[in-house]
Amino acid sequence: MGEVTAVLGGGQSGFATSKFDALLGWARKYSLFQYPFVTACCGMEHMATAGARYDIERFGAGAPRFSPRQSDLLWVVGTITQKQAPALKRIYEQMTDPKYVIAFGTCASCGGFYDNYTTVPGIDKVVPVDVFIPGCPPRPEAVLDALILLQDKIQNGDRDPVVVRTAQPASPLVQLGQKRST
Amino acid sequence: MSQLVLERLRARFGEKLLETSSFRGDEQAIVAPGDWLEVATFLRDEPECAMDHFVDLTAVDYPEREPELPRFDLVLLLRSLGKKHRIRVKTRLREGQAVATLSKVWLGADWTEREVWDMFGIKFDGHPDLRRILMYEEFEGHPLRKDYPINKTQPLVQYREVGPSKLAPFGPDEGNPFGRIDWLQRLGGGNRQVSPAISVQQGQKPALSASTEEKN
Repeated sequence: MGEVTAVLGGGQSGFATSKFDALLGWARKYSLFQYPFVTACCGMEHMATAGARYDIERFGAGAPRFSPRQSDLLWVVGTITQKQAPALKRIYEQMTDPKYVIAFGTCASCGGFYDNYTTVPGIDKVVPVDVFIPGCPPRPEAVLDALILLQDKIQNGDRDPVVVRTAQPASPLVQLGQKRST
Repeated sequence: MSQLVLERLRARFGEKLLETSSFRGDEQAIVAPGDWLEVATFLRDEPECAMDHFVDLTAVDYPEREPELPRFDLVLLLRSLGKKHRIRVKTRLREGQAVATLSKVWLGADWTEREVWDMFGIKFDGHPDLRRILMYEEFEGHPLRKDYPINKTQPLVQYREVGPSKLAPFGPDEGNPFGRIDWLQRLGGGNRQVSPAISVQQGQKPALSASTEEKN
């Protein structure tokens, strides 16, 4: 309910007041129909995120549509080759407005270690991207972070690209020591 | 293990075999491009060889060994399921020199020959459908040749205008020490171990590791 009162004002008067954009953003961010464009090993982590343990359903993004015409959130999961780029662009163009794009993993974000003639160095060279998720592959937690980030962006009407923050990992020895001491 | 195959080849082709070698169970024969089809057919049909499993056909580019030797090695890997032996057959090809197709000997050679054409630009005479198989038709050149520029990409889609710098952590090394290597900077160091082909291409002397240089 905290979420609702942030969008809707009006108090005890029996009416709810809101700005139209805020209401629209609120409706949009909980009805994301996703199109998974899965090309590589990151797909495994995408499936893990979509599974019961991480329950992507609770963010209103649980229904994958396998037609771009029925979807408004494009997950680009994995390496995009130069040969595949026209297909990606075409799928993006077929999606319904307003449309959002998440670059899932290092390869989709920047080409990763495929620094050669085969691979698009980041899908933002082909389609506009809203959220980048670093990681090779990213953990499901990072994916959920990206989804929440995207929902915030939709609510605020913000289309600037953002990157999911990753915690600076401690060295394995430090982590081991911490585990032992607790 | 496959000495028998080499012996059969020597008995049949004699002087036509340019070179044979054995190293820890790996038997290899080098033949002239003109004998390529005949040798392959013999290896398949000879009852003692019975090479019924076409494993792979690939190529290697050695531009630095020209002009003493042709630049390409065409490598044929064969195995016999019944006799349980293997052999590697090579031939050496100059730039633009074609060789007979093996797709009539082993059907599987069809696509691997297309791959060799795509990656190295070696032509096969009599191939039923010699088109690119991995790269797109618009692609120019053959990317696994050592003289293909390492940074050259040929996008099918016009790139969008994106800002000059990527968002952190997708900087020059993308947060991955193994990705997006700045080869020029790396070669500038002089004693880093890099591919000889790349160092030749970038106009550097072939780099050795620091420890090797000290020994010399």
